[in-house]
Amino acid sequence: MTVWIAIIGASLIAFALKFAGYTVPPSFLEKPRVSHITTLLPAALLAALVVMQTFTSGSSLVLDARAAGLLAAIIALVLRAPFIVVVIVAAATAALLRAFLGWA
Amino acid sequence: MASPTDPARRAVIRQGLSVAIATGLYGISFGALSVASGLTIWQTCVTSLLLFSGGSQFALIGVLGGGGSVGAAVAASSLLGVRNTLYALQLTPTMAPRGLWRVPVAQLTIDESTAVAIAQDTVPNRRLGFWVTGIGIYAGWNLTTLVGALVGDAIGDPKQYGLDAAASAAFIALLWPRLKSRQPVAVAIAAAVVAAALVPVVPVGIPVIAAAAVAVVFGLLTRRRTPEPQQPDGTIL
Repeated sequence: MTVWIAIIGASLIAFALKFAGYTVPPSFLEKPRVSHITTLLPAALLAALVVMQTFTSGSSLVLDARAAGLLAAIIALVLRAPFIVVVIVAAATAALLRAFLGWA
Repeated sequence: MASPTDPARRAVIRQGLSVAIATGLYGISFGALSVASGLTIWQTCVTSLLLFSGGSQFALIGVLGGGGSVGAAVAASSLLGVRNTLYALQLTPTMAPRGLWRVPVAQLTIDESTAVAIAQDTVPNRRLGFWVTGIGIYAGWNLTTLVGALVGDAIGDPKQYGLDAAASAAFIALLWPRLKSRQPVAVAIAAAVVAAALVPVVPVGIPVIAAAAVAVVFGLLTRRRTPEPQQPDGTIL
């Protein structure tokens, strides 16, 4: 029963947090200063997601096969590879390093 | 109205689907880990259906499995969910959901759907990216949660297929086209450094919010780039 309470409680809060962001009036978001900030936000959020997804494990910073995958992805991007190729190159790099070199 | 065969729209669909497949498969890890933590298969599936936010779900079962209280589990899960508020805020002009329509839009607002949406240039493509990624992950994540709960780790760790690196690559590929002018580059670097620096010292989930704060501060200190660039006092550039 306590598990159910935790699941439902966490789900309600999670939904409320998501929903809350959609209740802000558009007029606020159209102000020049605010819209300048919101155009900068994607770069900040995506950069942070790259860091979180690649270099962290819980609360630790780690360097493992994901970093090599990211490097391979950047090389693919510099070579103007399409999105799907970039993703596959990164996955293959990390998978091969783990399978054959025993990387974490 | 662009036709569905418009190459730009097809590119958005491909992006959304590749992100959805790479992340959706992680539901296997969640399903397996959740059952191992003592939740029933039914509880595990309801968590993926209702909570639907990877980080929050892993936090919830992690605390419960470790013998933590309901309060601690809900708090850990919710802390990780705060960034979704920010994503919703960012997506409001694009999605502009009203009334009950806000319910599905809110439920699908997560890292990946936001990342694919905000990376697109036009509002229709942003919407398309949001829906393809959001629905794709919702379907995949819930299906693989069930599979993981039923078969455990028999399929193996998604890491062995490099799917974690695939997600990193997807995020950098979405960021890449934005790095053409100085302001986004500066913001991206500052946000990455701040997020990385905070990882060891603040709870999981906070670094992304701090990265957003970097953009806010930067935005308050700079002006939108004009043909004649001007650097007001206090600029970070």
